Amino acid sequence: MVNELSEAPLLEMRRITKEFPGVKALDDVSLTVGRPEIHSICGENGAGKSTLMKVLSGVYPYGSYEGDIYYEGKLCKFRNIGESEAVGIVIIHQELALIPELTITENMFLGNEPRKFGGLAIDWDTATRRCVELMERVGLDERPDTQIKNIGVGKQQLVEIAKALSKEVKLLILDEPTAALNDTDSQHLLGLMRGLKSEGVSLIMISHKLNEIEQISDKITIIRDGRTIETLDAEGVDEDRIIRGMVGRDMNSRFPERVRDIGEPFFEVRDIWVKHPQADDRYVCKGSNLYVRRGEVVGIAGLMGAGRTELAMSIFGRSYGLWESGTVIKDGEEIELHSVGSAIKHGIAYVSEDRKTLGLNLLDDIKNATVQSKWSKVSTRGVIDKHKVFEAADEYRVRLRTKTPSVNEGVDKLSGGNQQKVVLSKWMFTDPDLLILDEPTRGIDVGAKYEIYEVIFELAAMGKGVIVISSELPEILGLSDRIYTVFEGQVTSDVPVEQATQESLMKSMTSARVRTTA
Amino acid sequence: MSKLRQFREGVFGKADVRQYGMVFSLIAIIALFYITTDGVVLNSANLINVVSQYSYILILAIGMVMVIIAGHIDLSVGSVAAFTGIMVATSMADWGFAWPLGIVVGILVGMAVGAWQGFWVSRVMVPAFIVTLAGMLIFRGLNQVIGQSATVPVPEGFKVIGRGYLPQIGPDLILANGTRIVNTTTLVLGMVAVLLVVWLEFRKRAKAKSVGSEVPAMWATIVKLVLLGFVIMFFAFKFSTGNAGTGFPVSGMILLALVFIYSFIMGNTTFGRHVYAVGGNKRAAALSGVNVQRVNFLVIANMSMLAALAGMIYIARAGASGPQDGVGWELDAIAAVFIGGAAVTGGVGTVIGSMVGGLVMAFLNNGLSLMGVDQSWVSVIKGLVLLAAVAFDLISKSNDRSQILPTFMRRSKKRTEQETSTQLAEPNNPQLAQ
Repeated sequence: MVNELSEAPLLEMRRITKEFPGVKALDDVSLTVGRPEIHSICGENGAGKSTLMKVLSGVYPYGSYEGDIYYEGKLCKFRNIGESEAVGIVIIHQELALIPELTITENMFLGNEPRKFGGLAIDWDTATRRCVELMERVGLDERPDTQIKNIGVGKQQLVEIAKALSKEVKLLILDEPTAALNDTDSQHLLGLMRGLKSEGVSLIMISHKLNEIEQISDKITIIRDGRTIETLDAEGVDEDRIIRGMVGRDMNSRFPERVRDIGEPFFEVRDIWVKHPQADDRYVCKGSNLYVRRGEVVGIAGLMGAGRTELAMSIFGRSYGLWESGTVIKDGEEIELHSVGSAIKHGIAYVSEDRKTLGLNLLDDIKNATVQSKWSKVSTRGVIDKHKVFEAADEYRVRLRTKTPSVNEGVDKLSGGNQQKVVLSKWMFTDPDLLILDEPTRGIDVGAKYEIYEVIFELAAMGKGVIVISSELPEILGLSDRIYTVFEGQVTSDVPVEQATQESLMKSMTSARVRTTA
Repeated sequence: MSKLRQFREGVFGKADVRQYGMVFSLIAIIALFYITTDGVVLNSANLINVVSQYSYILILAIGMVMVIIAGHIDLSVGSVAAFTGIMVATSMADWGFAWPLGIVVGILVGMAVGAWQGFWVSRVMVPAFIVTLAGMLIFRGLNQVIGQSATVPVPEGFKVIGRGYLPQIGPDLILANGTRIVNTTTLVLGMVAVLLVVWLEFRKRAKAKSVGSEVPAMWATIVKLVLLGFVIMFFAFKFSTGNAGTGFPVSGMILLALVFIYSFIMGNTTFGRHVYAVGGNKRAAALSGVNVQRVNFLVIANMSMLAALAGMIYIARAGASGPQDGVGWELDAIAAVFIGGAAVTGGVGTVIGSMVGGLVMAFLNNGLSLMGVDQSWVSVIKGLVLLAAVAFDLISKSNDRSQILPTFMRRSKKRTEQETSTQLAEPNNPQLAQ
């Protein structure tokens, strides 16, 4: 290690606290990164990793958080990303910030173009020459005038890194750098990261892939519920150790009582293959199988980007990506779900992950939103009976205890929990046999969560099948009778809840070993 | 709830601010011109003139508001109207079609053009802006190709839909004060309309009460009905007491029928709700089982149909179809829709609102011309009104929109207070910071 004792660490974030209205996203978090070092940050979705990085890079400006950032021994007060980049801190987000229509050179020097004629014109010769040098440094073999849209995600990632290098980076932050990459590209990237370290660059990597973290890190900081749990020396630490740190909270009795009455399997999907909508050769579902019994709550556990939502939406009338093949069987008969309309007709409902962009028309009022997926129940030959609409919506308002003065109010006026109840009402109104709930309690307060759990159990008690997708393992364990884990588009395990622990689930969620115990 | 708010909700329902704001603007504009023109603006002859001169723009606005609610735009309506006009006129003048057959030709042309543009928008997913910009060029050109850039006259019978009036039944009545009722049909229809409005309103109240829905205060309903009845009868009276041989224009009747039908479609049918859903959040609509392609197709195709109808009414009024017919109509129709409360981003708007917006434009045009204001200045003023209407809406939305009218005077003060207090309370709010 080149780390000299006299020298202060490259970065020290001390006691960072960041609050959003009503939520403490970060609570007294500290992080120290030496020089040079590869430092991984782990934590469940929503633990606060990204918020911490946004504080560091100046997305949340100085003054909007408590605590201090020391960089190269000096107190920093970044007001925007430009200021943090100026001192050599560069962040590469999970969604790459490249412009598809521009060339590699143009992207690499965007906003930072070499100039000539006293700054009047861009010096494209210099730009191209430096671009070639940088590409060589990151091991990218492409022509500098290739458009970004014509190279794969793996190579795009390398362009981002080259771009960071062009800014003389000292601390490079990578948010889920390998999430979209295949194995070969991932390995190349990890190798490059090691290379950068040997050149004196420190790196912070946020990742869910524990094997990669184990493979490459010098230090590992675990964040849970907005707090630093521990910082580990990577030497001798294994995946189990990290998992224990990530999920270490108690399972509390946050779940309503439930009477289990589970019947026979009635819904099954076999061997589903679905391609990514941007159809490079990436598959989001790789031969997935699953089944649901009547009255059963089935959990799907998986990390973000593992293919949970993609699987659910593919079942729901092929509304994601490009369907290649697969069989859907309901009540012993094979059915064709070629559109959302046909899925609804066959009694399948899908409560989407993101209620604001996919679940609701925020311009709507509650009553129209409630009946949105089944107008036929409140109309005759296409003519709506507005009074029936009101009656139906009001019935669900009472049943789900939606807090609103009236169903005539706009859905944009409701809190997150109550909006979610409207979305649930909308799908319950379609009389589904199978209800798929994707992150049903994300961003919802504890009270509303409990009420949504009650609804889930009530639906199961009525003999409906319920699939719950969630990133929160305690929620999955508290709700489900049986749990599937998914990893990189594959179902990696199928375990009854009695045999599942957070640790065992996390293991199947982060590696491709297929284990079937049922 | 304040009396004012009760009244507002009783009369307008919980409509968007801009919509009832515009009703007041319309009243204010008419009142202003009433003074500046010594009452000419409300003369029978002038009212008849306004209706027959703007009915086709208002018909376009009906289709346009649906297009805009669905999140699109249609720039081709003027050219489509002109193309239909020349086809219809040519079919009657050169091919010897009888005028009813000419109308059939017009409808068929509208359907064909609609299917063409709808196909590109809904199937190939070319943005409507591009498809209809292309349509604007294509159909303007086709008009001039077919008409050889000349005007083609239309036969007498056809002119009824543009120049005709409701028929007079029986002899003229002469009231005690000497006023002559030259068109009893108009007056009788006005009375029927009032009765219909009263009946519908009370039926709605009874039904709402029976399901436990909110019912506006009885006094508010009665005030609303009295006002509405007065307005209807006032205009029915005006239209029935013009020069001999006049009355309510046939084109106005066509417009009223369309307003009635399309208001019903947009407010009371599943198709109407689907249009709002697609414009409000296309992805959420698709995940709710709405056939987005179908909605897009129908909305675009319907617009061309209505443009065809507007084109026919126009050539009937003008007496001939020419190469410059319908130039700039799309802009008038779009302006009417936005003044009438539609949102540029889609999902918001009503047929009635667009009619009010269209009438604001119509009376501005008419009143300013009556005052002898130069057309160039009329254009400037119309532009400013459009800008002001939409800006007013955006400003009102940035604050509490349900409170805007009563607190309009106090708003600047209230706003600064609110801003300061939020800043104090949540200095870390990321929304404020960005």
